[in-house]
Amino acid sequence: MSPVPLLAVENLTMCFGGLVAVDNISFTAYRGEITAIIGPNGAGKTTVFNCLTGFYRPSAGRLAVHKDGEILQLERIEGFRIVRRAGIARTFQNIRLFAGMTVLENLIVAQHNPLMKASVFSLAGLLGLPRYRAAERAAVERARHWLDRIGLTDRADWLAAALPYGAQRRLEIARALCTGPALLCLDEPAAGLNPRESAELNDLLLGVRDEEQIGILLIEHDMSVVMGISDHVIVLDYGRKIADGTPAEVRADPEVIKAYLGEDEIDNAAEEAPLRPLAGREGGARANGAAA
Amino acid sequence: MTAAAGLAVDSAAKPPAFWVPFLKDAVLAALVAVLLALPLVGLQTYDIGGGALGIRTHFDWVAIGGAAVFAGRLALRVLQQLYRTRPTGRARVLISIAAWGNRQALPITLLGIGFAVALPFLPFSSRYLIDLGTTVLIYVMLGWGLNVVVGLAGLLDLGYVAFYAVGAYTFGLLARDLDFTFWEALPFSGLVAASFGVVLGFPVLRLRGDYLAIVTLGFGEIIRIVLLNWAPVTGGPNGIGGIPRPSFFGLHFARSAPEGVATFHQFFGLEFSPDHRVIFLYFVILAMALLTNAFTLRIRQLPIGRAWEALREDEVACRALGINPTTVKLSAFAIGAMFGGFAGCFFATRQGFISPESFTFIESATILAIVVLGGMGSQLGVVLAAVLLVSLPEFGRAFAEFRMLIFGAAMVGVMVWRPRGLIAHREPTLRLGSSR
Amino acid sequence: MAYFLQQLINGLTLGAIYGLIAIGYTMVYGIIGMINFAHGEIYMIGAFISIIAFLVLGLAGVTYVPLALAIVLLITMLFTSIYGWAVERIAYRPLRGSFRLAPLISAIGMSIFLQNYVQIFQGARGKPMPPVVQGGFTVFESGGFAVRLSYLQLFIMLLTLALMIGFTTLIAVTPLGRAQRACEQDMRMAALLGVDVDRVISLTFVMGAALAAVAGLMVTLYYGVVDFFIGFLAGVKAFTAAVLGGVGSLPGAMLGGILIGLIEAFWSGYFSVEYKDVSVFVVLILVLVFCPTGLLGRPEVEKV
Repeated sequence: MSPVPLLAVENLTMCFGGLVAVDNISFTAYRGEITAIIGPNGAGKTTVFNCLTGFYRPSAGRLAVHKDGEILQLERIEGFRIVRRAGIARTFQNIRLFAGMTVLENLIVAQHNPLMKASVFSLAGLLGLPRYRAAERAAVERARHWLDRIGLTDRADWLAAALPYGAQRRLEIARALCTGPALLCLDEPAAGLNPRESAELNDLLLGVRDEEQIGILLIEHDMSVVMGISDHVIVLDYGRKIADGTPAEVRADPEVIKAYLGEDEIDNAAEEAPLRPLAGREGGARANGAAA
Repeated sequence: MTAAAGLAVDSAAKPPAFWVPFLKDAVLAALVAVLLALPLVGLQTYDIGGGALGIRTHFDWVAIGGAAVFAGRLALRVLQQLYRTRPTGRARVLISIAAWGNRQALPITLLGIGFAVALPFLPFSSRYLIDLGTTVLIYVMLGWGLNVVVGLAGLLDLGYVAFYAVGAYTFGLLARDLDFTFWEALPFSGLVAASFGVVLGFPVLRLRGDYLAIVTLGFGEIIRIVLLNWAPVTGGPNGIGGIPRPSFFGLHFARSAPEGVATFHQFFGLEFSPDHRVIFLYFVILAMALLTNAFTLRIRQLPIGRAWEALREDEVACRALGINPTTVKLSAFAIGAMFGGFAGCFFATRQGFISPESFTFIESATILAIVVLGGMGSQLGVVLAAVLLVSLPEFGRAFAEFRMLIFGAAMVGVMVWRPRGLIAHREPTLRLGSSR
Repeated sequence: MAYFLQQLINGLTLGAIYGLIAIGYTMVYGIIGMINFAHGEIYMIGAFISIIAFLVLGLAGVTYVPLALAIVLLITMLFTSIYGWAVERIAYRPLRGSFRLAPLISAIGMSIFLQNYVQIFQGARGKPMPPVVQGGFTVFESGGFAVRLSYLQLFIMLLTLALMIGFTTLIAVTPLGRAQRACEQDMRMAALLGVDVDRVISLTFVMGAALAAVAGLMVTLYYGVVDFFIGFLAGVKAFTAAVLGGVGSLPGAMLGGILIGLIEAFWSGYFSVEYKDVSVFVVLILVLVFCPTGLLGRPEVEKV
């Protein structure tokens, strides 16, 4: 892939009091690649995300993003500016949509910054100047594009909370994509999805990777997703990185098998999607069936 | 055999089992009510002179209260049971009402505005009624202003009256010391109130919702105490008097004006009537309130308004989407404060006199009650709640006395049964179909 | 120096009262994470019930002061606790799991309701209370200024101390205290393990109300007058005390109460009486902005 990494994490460490949640981790992620971070519960995966997206200030280490030939130090950028400055968007493990707003509004809010600029401190917006109206139309078009991609166009005016679980997950991904990111961080996007939704998610992510040429960073437990679409897998355990390589390499790594996956588990995982009984998947499955 | 018999007995005993627990429940509730009422309702203290207290007993009231609670609780449980067996019944009724209201929103609004405009000229209209209407409209405007902060941005402001006070005192001071007229002072009132909003809001807006509420309450009280004690400037408890009335494009509402100044009745060749000013004040506040409403409805559809609502829904997600929570909250706070300031300026000119007494916490609580009862974020709901609040005392002395009691209870009731308010319908700020 | 000592005594007395109310805030906050805005009203109701109890006892001919005090204390705690229980049951329990601001708004509604309820049935005027505990002694004298410690002040401080010790023991060793601490840590887990969460929350409100009732009784004796509006300011001050000490921490609430009492006493003693309430509000705002965990509180890590 491209020689310059999109994201270079060097010696990232995050402590909470005496607890070292992330211990001296380094890795890189590239444009046009899907990088998966896996590891048992409590391995520090989400903490890495929180450091990347400015929710936590790392205790030590450097988080560099290469953007337009410039190197940005994420740890020095105030949390909410990271999207705009460094182009990192994320989703959350427990879906965080604007539940009381419509699907379309969720996607428009994601384009707050360009729209705000176009509305000139709301003045142009209040007066309804053409400059703002054009910007709003463009925002709606972008939203429509992603709605088409996730198959929610016909439900654009529904309240986000009224969507079935699987659709909410897709909407959250679309919302992150509406910010026009260079790096998309997905925290367990397949959690609670049924096998078919999971497969559709794989297609979506592969499509986004290839068409948009952006980097995707993925935390996932569902091995069918991880092994199926990742270009690159990083394994964490107790806050440390224990393996880093292609899915095949990681799968064969004895350290990984010993520390985390277990021999049987990984064979199963590779061959069939693990069926985990999770609340919410029923609704998702039904809705998906109905939509299909 | 015995098992079957047992079953039969069970099913035979089923009908009473349906209401026996309810009865028990109602008896318990009544018992608690009696215990609650016993010391505070049943034993009433009163002055017997010489700084001493006597006690009157009102055990009849306690008994009535207990009986009322018993009946109410029983009715409530039975109703709940009925609705549980027909789960869609109530929901369907509410949905159809909401849908009807939604379809008819424009006609209802136009009708309401039409009525408000025509009110002073209707045959049953009186000076008293117009005065009442003016009071209602002040609360409507305050409610709409606070709705930006509480309803849209989801920031619970318990000190909103502070901005009302700042607006009123801004005009009071400008009029007293610099001879400003109402129209000259109005923008300053809004501006000063908004600046107060920014200055007070900046350090505290990163606090969690409930802490923010308490801090705003503190600000409200600090401002009131300062107004009360900074006598050389604010006049202390005596307040500021002699605040000028508004003029109609320079025309005064007086029987006779000083040399070179025209009066309204002379200019239009009318006979002088003190009602002119009352009607004029009514229209001024009506226009101000409608402008507030138009502004709010418009800004809701702009990025900043949507960011307010998004922030109310989920602050963490907002940060992840690149929205700066502090500035977005600050803008809501400042705009809400500005409307409070405008309303305060009008209040000052209407009363002609202001003192800290008008700006107590009770006032903040009243405005909040209007917003909450109307349904946070609903503009029409605020109007209904304000009309209800102001007109309740007109139904008799008892209602006047019980007004805040009813409102307090209603706030609890609304939160328990319809937390999104009496009128809880949210119109999307844009639709995919219509934007094409 | 003498003046300082006198203010210290006054401040400690006030602080004991605020501390008792603050415990109610801090316990409720610890367990269900809401500000029980109506708690100040519970305290006000406690004060009213204590006055009424004194009057009834007076009519019944109980004149021996220690006996009368003990009976009034029990009656006040009992009836006020029922109010605490009812408030939780009516205004807060149905709202668990509702949206973020709902319990707070409901609490404000409850507070307005209770204030007006007392105003309607007991009148808006201040209720005078003749002094019950009189006398005192001079601790210290210098330059013609005598530092007085009245028996009443002594009574308030000792009673508070006794209640604190008893209460801390209750939380530390009894099964109820254990269940309560468990709910504070993780309510859902406690429920799964068979703790009756509703009952624990109810009891928390009852205990908070009982302590507020004692504070109400004390303030009745100390100031000799109560009205329906005293709950508002005392509530805000006690809440400030709870925040200052660290919300969720019982010793913190007591410490915060004493500090607020001292701040108020010294502010009115050395600066201006008019702005003494402002001093408390300023403390509240400063603590929340600069040190939201308070003196003895645990830091909160934001979960994303």
